Amino acid sequence: MGLIKGVTGEWEVVIGMEVHAQVTSDAKLFSGASTEFGAEPNTQVSLVDAAMPGMLPVINRRAVEQAVRTGLGLNAKINLKSVFDRKNYFYPDLPQGYQISQYLDPIVGEGKVVIDTEDGSRVIGITRLHLEQDAGKSIHDRNPTKTLIDLNRSGVALMEIVSEPDLRSSEEAGAYLTKIRSILRYLGTCDGNMQEGSMRADVNVSVRKPGDELGTRCEIKNVNSIRFVREAIDFEAARQVELLEEGGKVTQETRLFDADKGHTRSMRTKEEAHDYRYFPDPDLLPLELEASWVEEIKNTLPELPDEKKQRFIEEYGLGGVDAAVLVAERDTAEYFEAVALYGEPQIAANWVTGELFGALNRSGMELGGSPVSAAHLGALIGFISDGTVSNRLAKDVFEIMFETGEGPETIIEKRGLKQVSDVSLIEAAVDDALANGAAQIEQYRAGNEKVLGWFVGQVMKATQGKANPQAVNEILRKKLPG
Amino acid sequence: MPVDIETVRRVANLARVKVADTELATLAGELSNILDWIEQLNEVDTDDIEPMSSVNDMKLRWRADEVTDQDISDKVISNAPDSQDGMFSVPKVVE
Amino acid sequence: MSELSHLTIIEAQKALQEGTFSARELAEAHISAIEASKDLNAFVTETADRAIEDAVASDERRSNGNSLGPLDGIPLAIKDLFCTEGVLTTAGSRMLEDFIPPYESTVSQNLRNAGGVMLGKTNLDEFAMGSSNETSYFGPVQNPWKNSSEGPSLVPGGSSGGSASAVAGHMCLGAIGTDTGGSIRQPAAFCGIVGMKPTYGRCSRWGVVAFASSLDQAGPMARTVEDAAILLFAMAGFDEKDSTSAEIEVPDFQSTLCQGVEGLRVGIPHEYAIDGMNEDVCALWEQGKGWLKNAGAEIVPIALPHTKYALPAYYIIAPAEASSNLARYDGVRYGRREDGEDVNELYEKTRGGGFGQEVLRRILIGTYALSSGYYDAYYLKAQKVRALIARDFSQAFEKCDVILTPTTPGPAFAAGEKSEDPIAMYLNDVLTVPASLAGLPAISVPAGLSDNGLPLGLHLIGRAFDEATMFRAAQALEDAAAFGGLPSDL
Ligand SMILES: [Mg+2]
Ligand SMILES: [Zn+2]
Repeated sequence: MGLIKGVTGEWEVVIGMEVHAQVTSDAKLFSGASTEFGAEPNTQVSLVDAAMPGMLPVINRRAVEQAVRTGLGLNAKINLKSVFDRKNYFYPDLPQGYQISQYLDPIVGEGKVVIDTEDGSRVIGITRLHLEQDAGKSIHDRNPTKTLIDLNRSGVALMEIVSEPDLRSSEEAGAYLTKIRSILRYLGTCDGNMQEGSMRADVNVSVRKPGDELGTRCEIKNVNSIRFVREAIDFEAARQVELLEEGGKVTQETRLFDADKGHTRSMRTKEEAHDYRYFPDPDLLPLELEASWVEEIKNTLPELPDEKKQRFIEEYGLGGVDAAVLVAERDTAEYFEAVALYGEPQIAANWVTGELFGALNRSGMELGGSPVSAAHLGALIGFISDGTVSNRLAKDVFEIMFETGEGPETIIEKRGLKQVSDVSLIEAAVDDALANGAAQIEQYRAGNEKVLGWFVGQVMKATQGKANPQAVNEILRKKLPG
Repeated sequence: MPVDIETVRRVANLARVKVADTELATLAGELSNILDWIEQLNEVDTDDIEPMSSVNDMKLRWRADEVTDQDISDKVISNAPDSQDGMFSVPKVVE
Repeated sequence: MSELSHLTIIEAQKALQEGTFSARELAEAHISAIEASKDLNAFVTETADRAIEDAVASDERRSNGNSLGPLDGIPLAIKDLFCTEGVLTTAGSRMLEDFIPPYESTVSQNLRNAGGVMLGKTNLDEFAMGSSNETSYFGPVQNPWKNSSEGPSLVPGGSSGGSASAVAGHMCLGAIGTDTGGSIRQPAAFCGIVGMKPTYGRCSRWGVVAFASSLDQAGPMARTVEDAAILLFAMAGFDEKDSTSAEIEVPDFQSTLCQGVEGLRVGIPHEYAIDGMNEDVCALWEQGKGWLKNAGAEIVPIALPHTKYALPAYYIIAPAEASSNLARYDGVRYGRREDGEDVNELYEKTRGGGFGQEVLRRILIGTYALSSGYYDAYYLKAQKVRALIARDFSQAFEKCDVILTPTTPGPAFAAGEKSEDPIAMYLNDVLTVPASLAGLPAISVPAGLSDNGLPLGLHLIGRAFDEATMFRAAQALEDAAAFGGLPSDL
């Protein structure tokens, strides 16, 4: 638990999060307009989204299904009856003058999520998940005196996932967000793309002396990356500690995180006048679900990261850290399992998390675009374990695979990289090396074991690295005068 | 009088309607009269009564997840009092 | 005044079929009638050209043998609360004085599909809030009926006052209105015509400017019960664009209209005999019971104990919903805008200047009733009372098949008489609001005259989705009352 050291002692940070996750769906929550990202302004706006007079909402079945799926994935209670309310406030990118949301009766109730921290795993409580409409976008930098409004996002379905104030450090908050995103992506209910705004977090931060009552919290709105969430929390917690230690008081308010400056600041549009006047939306009826339908959805849930991690540990004998890395994304886990079919799982894990991730990282690629297929990587590992190729040369083969997309077999064939285990060939090379290394033989005799490496290097050079290192060692030791 | 001038001012602000200072007192009086008259609801015993927000006795219907409204931006923007680059415009909002 | 504008829809349809006159001639006769009655201010927008076009198309269909049915070629007026594609739609408000919808409401589209000819958009109380049609930004509407004594003009009732005045003044053969707490039935009673509010969910609300979403229903206004039945049949029906639209088949009301009321149990709620009810109204109610009894119905006393509380509950629920429904009129995407230094000033000036006094009052009441600290005391309380009112009705309908009451406590009043006293104005709807809160179908049938010669209506309330039975009883009342009254100018 990350306590903050202040002048007056240690402080505990208390964090709760509201994650807004865009539901993966073709159409919006209550209209038939498209949700696709990046369209021309106002081209994905129905008359409903623009709140033209007399327009009415009709709910998208898929959005409901996705919310239920997510709820099940968060081990949460699904409420068979939930209610849509209007949250009333004025803002230029809120066309109706209210957001259709769920207030007293959300579709999903309490649940829990396990996060991995340095001190082991921790259970974080989920308070609720509800469905609501997204607002449009205000563009402030196109005109010096005006704000422009694009309603393409207006009415897109969001799931607001609210956590209990169970998080105790910026790292935990980051781990929580990572985990939520991982679960959503496994479920296919949100693409988790924070750059495109598919996932945003409102972070509630307060500080207290350990054991004290909860302090006054500030809400940092709309933070759009995991790194920013961490930075915002660190800054905000430090700000509150300093304020309190100077004898000041934290005022409950909404703050914005400025990523460029790395600080939070009070919003200029004041919150005090907010009185959202929630009431049940009379254009909609209560949302009622059949228990059997929820059960059907439950039966289609994929294996989620926690279960998968457990299985990787048990079935493949992987360590917790490797398993956690491999299950973070569903496609990584699937890739790994496909590779592991060809050989030792631990070796497969090493190659995936080491060579493959490294190469992807260096080239800025995602696993989905990897030039090396799981089958090819698996085959390469097969060639290592059956001695066709040496471990060292396999890395070169891999690099060529990554560059060309070719399979290992072709590359090894074409470039003659097959390992040489033929004893007579190796013996000849060893003899050559001994003939040219009178000085080194002397050193060896004097007890310098290290020169052995020099001989190995010579043999490898002579065989273009293809000699089986084990055989080289054996023959060397045999031939070196004792 | 349940509604005083301050309350009218607060509510008018919530509803984003400009009310002239000279009208506040009149409105406070009118709203108070109406609310006083509405107070008679308190004579009704509503313990254990579920509030009724809809008379419909049916399930909420769902639409299929299909894109049915595409590219009607000309219709969407056709009545706009002010616009630029296909977007609605308002005086600069400072957050 | 041309003969052609004195017909019922049924008569006109027959004549069109027989070729006595064309739809075009029928439309032209009504365009002239509107012209002659301009002083009544029944229309916000006249669409003469469109009417001629519609009529010519109808004549063409008829000559090709493709007539669309009983409304094909019938000139109709549309309350200016229904959005009409390409035609100014104001809701009686300055806020929408320039608003041209790029879409057509489902109900008005249904009428178009049935061959209806649109004469224009009728005046109304601003955003349908009012009971006298005096709150319209486009000026008050007058009742074609005049007081026998000289004096100020009479109000047509509201909020569908323009439609009522147009039907009563023979400017159209039928009209459509909307009814939230009595806005079809009360003006129908004041103007001596038939006005009907269907069961909530019967007519789609899609494309109708919303006042109070849980109450708003479109309905027909006509000069006979049968015409109203024909109109409703065309207007109604399931609409997947409205989540509150009922997926229930619409029966052919016309075909069962004349089945009579033999054996029908007619409930009489004594609670509707309210203090201050006009004596003529009381007498007419008695007469109504007698008519139905003579026609073979059984009269049964019933109790609707929470009747008294319907009106105050309504005046929380409707304004609360309205305060939210009208938030979209913010000067950003359409409608009136008054510029401001910042966006809040833009909102406040746009809305402060765009809404009239009554709308403003209701927005403030509604905002207050939903605001933090008052929600339970007002809004939730009103919803609970609403539940009790609905329960009263369902208990009553165990004992009877239809309920008979007067439509209004008195006849049309003079312009200006109640506009200074909101509560006195609200009391106009005291007899119509309970059925609205319960979502039940109800109809006002012109049944007699007050001693000063003004029309009075009798009001029937039916079971949910049983408009057919209610129409039968209405037909029996109409037959017995033989009202036949006409405003003096006609
Ligand atoms: Mg929130
Ligand atoms: Zn939210």
